[in-house]
Amino acid sequence: MAEAALRAPRAGAAAAPLLAVNNLEAWYGESHVLHGITFDVAPGEVVTLLGRNGAGKTTTLRSIIGIMGKRTGSVTFDGAETIRMPSRSIARLGVGYVPEERGIFASLSVYENLTLPPIVKPGGLSVDQIYELFPNLRERSGSQGTKLSGGEQQMLAIGRILRTGAKLLLLDEPTEGLAPVIVQQIGRTIERLKGEGFTIILVEQNFRFAQTVANRHYVVEQGKVVDMIPNEVLDQNIDKLHRYLGV
Amino acid sequence: MITIFGVPSAALFGQLLLGLINGSFYAILSLGLAVIFGLLNIINFTHGALYMMGAFVAWMLLNYLGIGYWWALLLAPLAVGFVGMLIERNYIAPLSFTNQRQSFVLIGASALGFLLLFYGLRIGPTAAFAGAAAIGVAAASVYAWKRPSQTSTVHVDHLYGLLLTFGLALIIQGLFRNEYGVSGLPYSIPSQLSGGQQIRIFDAPIMFMPNYRGWVIVASLVVCMATWFIIEKTKLGAYLRAATENPTLVGAFGVNVPLMITLTYGFGVALAAFAGVLAAPIYSVNPNMGADLIIVVFAVVVIGGMGSILGSIITGFALGLVEGLTKVFYPEASSTVIFVIMVLVLLVKPAGLFGRAS
Repeated sequence: MAEAALRAPRAGAAAAPLLAVNNLEAWYGESHVLHGITFDVAPGEVVTLLGRNGAGKTTTLRSIIGIMGKRTGSVTFDGAETIRMPSRSIARLGVGYVPEERGIFASLSVYENLTLPPIVKPGGLSVDQIYELFPNLRERSGSQGTKLSGGEQQMLAIGRILRTGAKLLLLDEPTEGLAPVIVQQIGRTIERLKGEGFTIILVEQNFRFAQTVANRHYVVEQGKVVDMIPNEVLDQNIDKLHRYLGV
Repeated sequence: MITIFGVPSAALFGQLLLGLINGSFYAILSLGLAVIFGLLNIINFTHGALYMMGAFVAWMLLNYLGIGYWWALLLAPLAVGFVGMLIERNYIAPLSFTNQRQSFVLIGASALGFLLLFYGLRIGPTAAFAGAAAIGVAAASVYAWKRPSQTSTVHVDHLYGLLLTFGLALIIQGLFRNEYGVSGLPYSIPSQLSGGQQIRIFDAPIMFMPNYRGWVIVASLVVCMATWFIIEKTKLGAYLRAATENPTLVGAFGVNVPLMITLTYGFGVALAAFAGVLAAPIYSVNPNMGADLIIVVFAVVVIGGMGSILGSIITGFALGLVEGLTKVFYPEASSTVIFVIMVLVLLVKPAGLFGRAS
């Protein structure tokens, strides 16, 4: 596949990518997990990384935020090369990360969890706006973070990075293991965030869900991006996608 | 004379008071250990040596610079806290670095410094050793500032930290022993706190309470409660608790976790130094004072539960009292009672009374 096909469609001069990942490789200790990931994301876009278990989707997000032990290649965010930065500096450029395991702190209350990530850029949501988005969190603000239900924990994990002013959100399987009604609520939230201009990278197993929110889909296989499917033509490519995902 | 359970009240309350004093030191020291263990995941064996260093800094301030007790109470923890931060940056943090270049700079500069000071300038062995360590740390700090090392994401077994800090503790103690001997140096009670009160109930004298001992109990209670408040109730404490659970994620939110770890270690050992200054007028200032105390404090930490803040405070005071009571009613067991309790607690609740099993 030609390199150019993996790029965002450039509609005029305006769409310089917010995030450009070039030939990214990463290792867990001795094991080589990413073998040259290349893709980019335009400002305000929602893209998904689809792929089988172990394809390297989560590792790609971890590499973008900088919490992999060893990584090479190039990751530029907002014009800045981040490959040699520690994760705290990458976060301070305006990248918000929601890990797959959600990372809610047991020794902190819901409110403390929500206000923990420091504000890195102006323009983030206020605590009240986050409570409006996720009313459950307001009711339970005094509870211990890990006493929340799985869905509420996911809302908390997303909510707390909306406060920081991050422009790029990395969401790792936000719908995993959640009831359909909660998945819908998360879907509506992502729609709304997209409407407010957030740029989102979504790792998903569930492409039916991904289809409802994303502009484009990147297919990851064995540590490489092997295909890019715009959301408009997802239905025509459904057989191809089934082959990729092995379902 | 009033007797309680066949024991004269003065003896009973006297021992309880002594127990509370010991408990104050157990509480402050185990609190520092708990804070350090929580965030750094190492058992800090230098704690006793730095407690001793706190007492010595107070003694040095008085005898070399004429600075008295009250200033020492502030300056000694600051000085020892700074030494602690250097220890953390140059000895403990490199345990989890991806490469050991900074350590080679440290070792090389220390060795060259020793040769220069001892053979070149003919400075005495203790001073030359301390000077060489300072030169090594300075060189490594400059190097680390120019070329910061990467911390490995691979978990380092805390046995290494324990062994390293144990070695450092022996070195620090040895240096002070070389220079000041083991007979102990006097440090007098500040004049504002000399004397004492006869405590009476219904006009009957119960016990005599020296003012300084009352001050030690109050000061350590205040410091323990303030530390607990900072950790459990403030934003700063929330960062600390979160980083204790998941330092990688807290870093991924934009927080400078390595700096936080260094400051936390500095704070933990500053607590030890504060206890050392409090102890200076009660016990004599002696290079072995930390080594004697720290074994008991480790037992206290194990009983309370590794890393539990409130647990270490409560257990510290409580075990001091238990020890005092044992001295009255069964003196033969007074020096082993804490260890008997430790064994029993480990058998029944291995994570400690206040610890969370992981």
